[in-house]
Amino acid sequence: MSDPTEISEEAVSAAVTAALTAISAAADSAALRVVRTEHVGDASPMARLGGLMRTVPNDQKAAAGKLVGQAKGRVSQALAAREAEIGEAEARARLAAETVDVTAAASTWRPGARHPLSLLQERVADVFVGMGWEVAEGPELEGEWFNFDALNFDEDHPARAMQDTFFVDPPEAHLVLRTHTSPVQMRALLSRELPVYVVSPGRVFRTDELDATHTPVFHQIEGIAVDKGLTMAHLRGTLDHFVKAMFGPEAKVRLRPNYFPFTEPSAELDLWHPTFKDGARWIEWGGCGMVNANVLRSAGIDPEVYSGFAFGVGVERALMFRNDVKDMHDMVEGDVRFSQQYGMSV
Amino acid sequence: MRVPLSWLGEFVDLEPGTTPEDVHAALVRVGLEEEEIHRFDLTGPIVVGEVLSIEPEAQTNGKTINWCQVRVAPGVSTGSTTGAGSSTGAGSSTGAGSTTETVGAGDIRGIVCGAHNFVVGDKVVVTLPGAVLPGPFPIAPRKTYGHVSDGMIASARELGLGDEHDGILRLAALGIDAPVGTDAIALLGLDDSAVEINVTPDRGYAFSIRGVAREYAHATGARFRDPALAVVPAPSSVEFVVTIDDQAPIRDRIGASVFVTRAVRGVDPARPSPAWLIARLKLAGIRSISLIVDVTNYVMIELGQPIHAYDLDALAGGITVRRAGAGEKLTTLDEVTRTLNPEDLLISDGSGPIGLAGVMGGRTTEIGATTTNVLVEAANFDPVSIARTARRHKLPSEASRRFERGVDPAVAAVAAARVVQLLVELAGGVADDLGSLHDATPAAEPIFLPTGFISGLIGLDYTREEVRTSLAEIGASLEETGGGLSVTAPSWRPDLTDKWTLAEEVARIVGYDRIPSVLPVAPPGRGLTRTQALRRLVAQTLAAAGHTEVLAYPFVAEKANSLFGAAVGPGVPQMRVANPLDGEAPFLRTSILPGLLQIAHRNRSRGLTDLAIFEQGQVFRPLPGVVYGSTVVPPGAVRPSAHLEAELNAGIPPQPFSVGIVLTGNAIRQQPGRPAVAAGWQDALAAVQQVALATGMAIQVRQGAHQAMHPGRTAELFVTTDVGATSVGFAGELLPAIARGFDLPAVVAVAEIDLSVVFGRAGAEFQATPIRTMPAATQDLSLVVDTVVPAAEVLQAVVEGSGPLLEHAELVDDYRGAGILSGRKSLTFALRFRAADRTLTAAEASDAKLAGVAVAAARFGATLRE
Repeated sequence: MSDPTEISEEAVSAAVTAALTAISAAADSAALRVVRTEHVGDASPMARLGGLMRTVPNDQKAAAGKLVGQAKGRVSQALAAREAEIGEAEARARLAAETVDVTAAASTWRPGARHPLSLLQERVADVFVGMGWEVAEGPELEGEWFNFDALNFDEDHPARAMQDTFFVDPPEAHLVLRTHTSPVQMRALLSRELPVYVVSPGRVFRTDELDATHTPVFHQIEGIAVDKGLTMAHLRGTLDHFVKAMFGPEAKVRLRPNYFPFTEPSAELDLWHPTFKDGARWIEWGGCGMVNANVLRSAGIDPEVYSGFAFGVGVERALMFRNDVKDMHDMVEGDVRFSQQYGMSV
Repeated sequence: MRVPLSWLGEFVDLEPGTTPEDVHAALVRVGLEEEEIHRFDLTGPIVVGEVLSIEPEAQTNGKTINWCQVRVAPGVSTGSTTGAGSSTGAGSSTGAGSTTETVGAGDIRGIVCGAHNFVVGDKVVVTLPGAVLPGPFPIAPRKTYGHVSDGMIASARELGLGDEHDGILRLAALGIDAPVGTDAIALLGLDDSAVEINVTPDRGYAFSIRGVAREYAHATGARFRDPALAVVPAPSSVEFVVTIDDQAPIRDRIGASVFVTRAVRGVDPARPSPAWLIARLKLAGIRSISLIVDVTNYVMIELGQPIHAYDLDALAGGITVRRAGAGEKLTTLDEVTRTLNPEDLLISDGSGPIGLAGVMGGRTTEIGATTTNVLVEAANFDPVSIARTARRHKLPSEASRRFERGVDPAVAAVAAARVVQLLVELAGGVADDLGSLHDATPAAEPIFLPTGFISGLIGLDYTREEVRTSLAEIGASLEETGGGLSVTAPSWRPDLTDKWTLAEEVARIVGYDRIPSVLPVAPPGRGLTRTQALRRLVAQTLAAAGHTEVLAYPFVAEKANSLFGAAVGPGVPQMRVANPLDGEAPFLRTSILPGLLQIAHRNRSRGLTDLAIFEQGQVFRPLPGVVYGSTVVPPGAVRPSAHLEAELNAGIPPQPFSVGIVLTGNAIRQQPGRPAVAAGWQDALAAVQQVALATGMAIQVRQGAHQAMHPGRTAELFVTTDVGATSVGFAGELLPAIARGFDLPAVVAVAEIDLSVVFGRAGAEFQATPIRTMPAATQDLSLVVDTVVPAAEVLQAVVEGSGPLLEHAELVDDYRGAGILSGRKSLTFALRFRAADRTLTAAEASDAKLAGVAVAAARFGATLRE
């Protein structure tokens, strides 16, 4: 392209055409930078045409100025448009190049988990807390009086011998690993103002060797309510509400006569649910009944004025029928794969 | 308790076709829990056969077998091909007839038999092809010893009838002579079955067919016939002298309240027990021993009254019931010589002790193979005395089980008479005039049952009729009194002691399914306590941060307890389990860590090498020098005095909640673009900070020491309060040697925090700091100090010196090496300054920073890095 020597329509048009051609030909932002220097830079034909304005006679200055101004405007407009176009394309290309395999993300953390026995106990507690009950706790190593005598287990009654009990040395100190969470109920009755509505989840101990269905260390949740006018119908109502809250509206409770030293009348608590393993069926889940008058007396409560009901269920057993855990070993061995199946909820 | 259905049916109407499952379902409704069903588990054809010929054949293996011809169907023409099935009993109509195509089919079978205890003409039990014996052991024609044995001659054991396997069962030995071809299953009572039920400790009377029949009647409305009314004891005209001489009653109860004896003479010791009796006992779980013993057991099962039979001729004079003398000895029926305890109740005669009352008889007066004269004893012993003796001598027996739970005192005389009756009928004995009757049973105390009490307790409006009928049905006698009923419990129900026990009877007889469902409204509760909520939060936070919760048994070895129970020293006080399951680990944990380390090892042995586990739970921390427990156990049913209650509570050792964390292997595993990151002390400290976050309590860290821990990689954890710093645990890496002791790799990161201390201080109200919004000035600061100076203390000095303009400071680098003198390190802190009311100038920020440097320089000789 020859340098223009005067401002003419031809010259301006040629410079514009050359610039527009170069702009549209620029493939990337680097090429476009070169185009900008060549066609609108200080040494460009367009700049030279601007410089020739000095030589234009005064009466033609306006027309020439308009000619050159319009030309510059067209070129810079085209340049900006192309710049945006290229910028966008280049941004797209850059992002495309950043594509990763989202299925192979490296993790900066490892998954943890709660133990399902802990989670189940918390869920049961939550159901009762929602009903206004409170959660009571007590020591695992317990005085014999709290574990047995206060609960109407006569020292010579076969029921006491049937609870295979761990004693600590020396046995004449009368300390036992609690065989049930019932001593917590006794402590609640001794320490709280009436009426009392509490549940006590916790670890209990019996001298059973570990096998598929037994473990010497296991978990129970018991509940006790002592108030004026409580009846066995209230017990059934509470259990009905509890199992529906735990297992859904289709769950049902059945009571069967049974014997426990700390309740009279006593009942076995059977649970029915349509979706448990092996189909809809009754499952023996725990015991319950009206608090034995002697238990109330042990807490200094007059059984002619107050009555109460109590119940207890096994947590391991619940996990077995609810989640189809077949072997107790899985619950006690601490294999992390067992807890990790459940994650943070049960 | 196992209940043969044929026996049950003698005392209560069973609908035709009643199955064991039906009986279980009925009994469970009234509170007798179902266990198993017992059957003989055999199917026919099993028939009576007559041995026609026996040909002994010596075998190359040294044995001699007998090739026998046995007639198995009636008829005289040998070699007839008539199917045996046509003439056998209904129970075996299948099978035999269908074997007509097999070799030897017909009414005479060739059978190979290895036994030699029979002769030609003996009637035997033949299991024919198609029969199945318990095992299951199907019978088919079988080629053996050069013959085709077309069936088998059975032994008592093969039939499930006993343990006898010395030879085959000769029917003559059972006193049976039935026609050839008779169905042996029905003949021997092998078509019966038994339901097993779990008898709760309050229902001693259900340890009898009598009791279960009564309960079955309650459950179904079927008619009950009390076997105790079927026999009327005759008075004895010659007194057998019995003396009850209890000089040391246990808990004020005389050891024997009832003692009945009856003599039977001229019993034929050669008489076998009849098959029906053996079968019933077998189904009831009792082995046949001899006719006399079988009869005593039979009556015990039927009426619930344990019976002891003495060889009358071996008795030296009368019987005295007394407590044992110190050091006295007795050889019991199991041929064990036992040293007796002064609490043991004894049966003795002129020769000394002859039995542990209600538990086991003695050798000297045992019924033997030549016994012809028998003294029958039916007594009622104190449950507590029997329970203690059975436990002391580890001798739980059918008798002691019943006495412990209470035997009907009114049934003793009936049971003795029933034994006499059966010995006369079955054993050829003659009832003798010799006998005795001692009965000191106190009269039953009536129970007052106020009108409306049961309805008020159960929450169901029972009619007056329902209450009366239910109580009458269980055998109680009723009398109207002012405002209610006076109820006298039947003699077999010692468990009915108050109006609550009567309420259970009415509720169960009417049916628990009638009790309505009413949800009680509890008073407003306060939700979880703060501690309970915090414990959950700790567990949730640790799990969310990548730790897996496990639950270990709290039983550990003394060494592990001592190692982790205290930072230094030879040991800590710990509680030992007196009767541990695992003798290697008899102590209660003082720390969570030993259990976690064991679990870590178990996981690693299963190929799970990257572990981050935790457990939160109670540990057992007796204080030094304190004697725990209480020497007295107050009685139940009465509240202990405040003083005694406090004493009982003081006797319980502290059991604080603790959380333990163990990490080993990789904290982050190798992944695309990232190398693995091994778990170490810093992960343990991170877990501590997660616990701190959950509890809202600042847990601070300083260099620490612990006997189980790496000397250079252990942090002591503490919280600061008004009273100063309180240690709450430790974190870091185990001593490599300790880790190896647990079969773990050299680097194991652990932390343990006593939560009871943290929780005790968590949650105090704090003053919120206003959030400043003016622009911040950030500056870095590098200080050179000796390597032994803890970074946290340098940071603390900078914070203190910089004053209130310093909003935040953190350590970002610890550099050692080129440019820094050996023994020194360069710590770089990122500082953020901000004023509440203005934009800070760089000069203001620098001045504040230099004030911080000055304090660090003064405390630690820190210099600004050039």
